[in-house]
Amino acid sequence: MQAQDAHGEPVGAAPSVRFEAHPEGYRHWRLEFPTEHGGMVARLVLDVRENEGLRPGYPLKLNSYDLGVDIELADALLRLRFEHPKVRAIVFASGKDRIFCSGANIYMLGSSAHAFKVNFCKFTNETRLALEEMSAESGIFSLAALAGTASGGGYELAIACDEIVLQDDGSSAVSFPETPLLGVLPGTGGLTRLVDKRKVRRDLADVFSTVAEGVRGKRALEWGLVDESPSKKDFDAAVRRRLEAMVARSKRRPGAAVVLEPLGESRYVSLAIDSEGESAGVLPARRPIDSEGESAGVLPARRPIDAKAHRANLTIRAPEGPEPQTPDELARAGSNAWAIRAWRELDRALLELRFNHPGVGVVAVRATGDPERVLAVDRMLAQHCEDGLVREATLLAKRVLKRLDNSAKSFFALIEPGSCFAGSLLEIALASDRAYMLDHPDEKNEIWLSPLNAGPLPMSNGLTRLQSRFLRDPELARRALEHSGPLDAQAALAAGLVTFAPDDIDWDDEVRIAFEERASLSPDALTGMEASLRYGGPETMETKIFARLTAWQNWIFQRPNAVGPRGALSLYGKPERPELDFNRT
Amino acid sequence: MSSVNSERIPNNVHLGDDKRLQRALEAWQPNYIQWWREMGPSGFQEDLVYLRTAVGVDADGWAHFDYVKMPDYRWGIFLADRVPGRTIGFGDAYGQPAWQQVPGEHRNALRRLIVTQGDTEPASVEQQRMLGQSCPSMYDLRNLFQVNVEEGRHLWAMVYLLHSFFGRDGREEAEELLARRSGDSSKPRMLGAFNEPCTDWLSFFMFTFFTDRDGKFQLLALAESGFDPLSRTTRFMLTEEAHHMFVGETGVLRIVERTAQAMAESKKDHPDDVRKLGVVDFPTLQKYLNLWYSLSLDLFGGEISSNAASFFATGLKGRAKEEQFDDHSALTGAYSMDVPKEGTFERQEVPLRNAMNEVLRDAYVDDCQRGVDKWNRAIAAHGVPVRLTLPSRRFHRHIGIYAGLHADPDGNLLTREAWDARRETWLPGEADCAFVRNLMTRAVLDPRQMANWIGPPKQGIKGRPIDFEYVRHCEG
Repeated sequence: MQAQDAHGEPVGAAPSVRFEAHPEGYRHWRLEFPTEHGGMVARLVLDVRENEGLRPGYPLKLNSYDLGVDIELADALLRLRFEHPKVRAIVFASGKDRIFCSGANIYMLGSSAHAFKVNFCKFTNETRLALEEMSAESGIFSLAALAGTASGGGYELAIACDEIVLQDDGSSAVSFPETPLLGVLPGTGGLTRLVDKRKVRRDLADVFSTVAEGVRGKRALEWGLVDESPSKKDFDAAVRRRLEAMVARSKRRPGAAVVLEPLGESRYVSLAIDSEGESAGVLPARRPIDSEGESAGVLPARRPIDAKAHRANLTIRAPEGPEPQTPDELARAGSNAWAIRAWRELDRALLELRFNHPGVGVVAVRATGDPERVLAVDRMLAQHCEDGLVREATLLAKRVLKRLDNSAKSFFALIEPGSCFAGSLLEIALASDRAYMLDHPDEKNEIWLSPLNAGPLPMSNGLTRLQSRFLRDPELARRALEHSGPLDAQAALAAGLVTFAPDDIDWDDEVRIAFEERASLSPDALTGMEASLRYGGPETMETKIFARLTAWQNWIFQRPNAVGPRGALSLYGKPERPELDFNRT
Repeated sequence: MSSVNSERIPNNVHLGDDKRLQRALEAWQPNYIQWWREMGPSGFQEDLVYLRTAVGVDADGWAHFDYVKMPDYRWGIFLADRVPGRTIGFGDAYGQPAWQQVPGEHRNALRRLIVTQGDTEPASVEQQRMLGQSCPSMYDLRNLFQVNVEEGRHLWAMVYLLHSFFGRDGREEAEELLARRSGDSSKPRMLGAFNEPCTDWLSFFMFTFFTDRDGKFQLLALAESGFDPLSRTTRFMLTEEAHHMFVGETGVLRIVERTAQAMAESKKDHPDDVRKLGVVDFPTLQKYLNLWYSLSLDLFGGEISSNAASFFATGLKGRAKEEQFDDHSALTGAYSMDVPKEGTFERQEVPLRNAMNEVLRDAYVDDCQRGVDKWNRAIAAHGVPVRLTLPSRRFHRHIGIYAGLHADPDGNLLTREAWDARRETWLPGEADCAFVRNLMTRAVLDPRQMANWIGPPKQGIKGRPIDFEYVRHCEG
């Protein structure tokens, strides 16, 4: 019997998903450094253990994946950035015969709650975008070596790589069988990348996306679905040649290797969940994450549906003492440096929120500590941006902030005396849906900008958060950056950097009402509204991918033609045939 | 003059009036002939072979015997006669008129079924191309070539469907059928058993008994198809497939009889001694049986299969002799099977439609058992106490729920180490293969002779004597 929540939906995730992994503990991937490339190429071999899915009930056949597989992939990519500065190219291969990867496991999707499916897709998308960022920003190129069929998410992984080599052996194919077989869409940016990235002609992309068995060697090459399609005999040589070319043209900046130690207990980020009926005024920090990040163990996996959404308190703290001033010092401090550790912790907390706390609707975001310490870190990162390690630390912050932009919760920043929304941490307030800044007559309450607000931490739309904020008057962004020194509440309000600046008399009530009101609104409408408002300005491939995921795919995922009792996804693998409602919208 | 005409290509599909089919075949036929010359029987292409050619589907037409050079063989296109008012006999479309055209929604699935079936036909010709060099008799040589040209015709039959009903995709798939090569790791045939080497006559007879019998059951299931041209094509192919079954069953039977006879006469029963008599010892026979039977079981696909369920639901592929069953929708039934779970087996009720591969495999296993029983009766008739057996269907599997397990021929699970240690007691090892190869080094091309390791057939072909010159071999 499938566990169900109060809406009768199956419960998606196990009580708690852990997001930390380590190569020694990988179950589904092997991370290798072939000697023939002198350590400059990393080989990631997907060899999924069928019976070691994240939860029971769906064997991971044919190198299909679930969240657990993707968590390992995300970990491997992160480690290649920090721990392996020599690596200039990644090659993806399969440990299985005749199959590269058959994508996300259908039975896993079929037995998952909607929210889990959405978050699963979001996470896998973020991982693939991170792979593309490695190519664009870090000089680490990637190649998909398809010596077998790559279908669905398998081809989506391939298409996220810079280059694809597909073995021409009469059977290996690339395919998007989602529409013809399952009545859904490729959920990991596949359709968008077909036309936006690989620039496959739209009519050919249309044919490709409706043929379940996909397209093989020669035609896949003709249509631009792959870059090369050598025979089996020539396959290894073709892969090697492309990897050598990637290594040769990589401009990866030199930097020291930093081992990413297990995070253990949080030092800089705390996440606490309020239970229902809590007064909004005090927002006490409760239920801190335990040392293994398994905070959800405190909360039951299945919660009664409350009258209102739950609230979480997310607090990030500034460094407690001096931080590295140079890349060398950063390398010596390793993954304990605030510039690395704080963002990893924040990343973990955001994933915790998404997967393990579906009932949380509103997040109160705070930053505390000495702003000068954060600004010093920012200065170091800006000054040494040519260093490989510094660059990776900055890119880490950039991705974590994008993860925040992309989280389907309401974020309200609370800027109170003693707070530390400075430079890179100010981005968190700028990423929030609203920022409340206490205009206290007696206590100092200020925010600061730093060079990191000016460009190194862009959003998915390619703009900085300041640019996105001031689309109507770009001058305001420039003026904010020119301002040196702190801004108090009135100055911040005038500069458009905060939403409201209540005084000490109004503060408690204003904040309480804001949270209570937010908690009473439709979570679906809020998710759509927030996503629409967060990404003003231009579209990029990245914003399109997430927009289409949240709009089209998630709409289709809810429709009877996919998940109704006679829907294609519901009946996949079952003896009955789907019955579709052929009325178009 | 085009080689594509009804004289050159016997047919009952109105080839003369079908411009589309003519155009497609004109492009394909020269490549086919080139493929046949490259990959067909090696060393006998210029010989005159006494072959049966189908020139029509009626009693007179389907078995026309004459000498012919194989590259000049008239590969024809025949469909069994149309059954007036035929309706779909199973699945969700049960009772509706059978389709004379491919329904758009089933186009890809049908093409896949036809290509998969079609791919096996040239594959077996490729696997067997060197066998003429070690034939045990001219009679057997001719039977090999008959099987080969008919596999070639079965390829034509599938290509006809691809050309006539699947447009450009179909034509491309037809070309690909000539491009893949059995056992060539860079362009292998689609299914495992069709990439295994079949280079000795013991393997050939086992192949025609076990692997061609898979073909028979696949054809029986496709003969039920709601797509009428596929049904009619496969029904006609089944008449030819019966000959392949005959070659395999009597081939193994004659080997078994010869061995039993030699053992009885010499009163020797130790395998080493039996081998010294120049015949195939029973342990070796059993190993070859185990190998080809298990490879052939894989061809039926996974025990629990969403593809099988979908093929059945959509009326594309039924069960063998669907009319024997009462419930043609198969929507409510279940199939009990032992599913591996944590080192043991658990009885599971699988929805019947998802178990259709296993239903077909059951019929196949029964059919194989009947043949094995015949062989055992022949052994018993010589007073030899040995019996051949079919191994458990869990043994040596590479596809389906038993793939990757280490089960012995009785179906008991062993550790990998224990299994590996005993592998060569169950499957042919290098020494066994070398023994069989050495036994069959020379082609017997004198019509009056028969290799020592095989008994004579009961009768010749089409009333001809056994020592008839079935192949007029040009020396050199």
